[in-house]
Amino acid sequence: MVEQVRVKSMMPPGHVRTPAYLRGKVGVIERELGPFANPEKLAYDLKAEQRMLFRVRFTMEEVWGVRAENPTDTLDAEIYAHWLERV
Amino acid sequence: MPHDHHDHLSPSGHPFREDNDTALSYWQRMEIAVRELMIEKGHITSAEVARQIDAMDARNPANGAAVVARAWVDPAFKEHLLKDASVASRDMGFDIGPLNLIAVENTGQVHNLIVCTLCSCYPRNLLGLPPDWYKTRAYRSRAVIEPRSVLREFGLDLSDEVQVRVHDSTADMRYIVLPSRPDRTDGMDEAALAKLVTRDSMIGTGLPLTP
Repeated sequence: MVEQVRVKSMMPPGHVRTPAYLRGKVGVIERELGPFANPEKLAYDLKAEQRMLFRVRFTMEEVWGVRAENPTDTLDAEIYAHWLERV
Repeated sequence: MPHDHHDHLSPSGHPFREDNDTALSYWQRMEIAVRELMIEKGHITSAEVARQIDAMDARNPANGAAVVARAWVDPAFKEHLLKDASVASRDMGFDIGPLNLIAVENTGQVHNLIVCTLCSCYPRNLLGLPPDWYKTRAYRSRAVIEPRSVLREFGLDLSDEVQVRVHDSTADMRYIVLPSRPDRTDGMDEAALAKLVTRDSMIGTGLPLTP
């Protein structure tokens, strides 16, 4: 089953590895990458808990709307579980 | 005066270049201070620092090219590479450190392009230092907004039949494109094939050379 997810539209301060241009966008899980230390803590030398990391695939149409060069081209990015919500 | 030059050309005809003697930045000073303290306190030696710099400079796209060429001639290796590129590269004998590598395959229907919009993540342990343009804001933003226009500027005009897949290295993975094997290379051995694999073909901004 294709799992649809939305990137949360949060704008927290600090070192975050979720690109702003993908926040609020809906994609599908391309693959699960396993647990990695949370970079939002790691960046400040804080004790970093493990977070699941996913590759999420978006269509260019979803990301850029009518401005997309080719709507069915895709963009994959690695997004941590705490940035994703099921659609 | 002998050093006056009206037209900014040296006698050889090349433009004079500004001396690189501006003040150090905060972080350059910090790096020198920390390095000298570590050496003074006996944690590292200058020779170790020089060796590490040599090791970093020695990494180059030939390593990635060897991996690609192996995948072109060995279907089992290719399957392994696409499943777990880190393990497959290590099995080939490349010391890629803690690199988490994903290989993405170009086909007649799919063209892959690698970018890091947040900084400049690059599979250095396999491809060496990234080209300067890879780190520019122009490439980093345009590769995700208008990849086809960027590819055209690199000389790659893809038809609408080919799907472009852009990969933004946002977190812990690094990417290498497995380009399609060029036509008319049937009789070539692995070493000859590796010479066709360019750095840009492994980033996705180019294609391998043709024999």
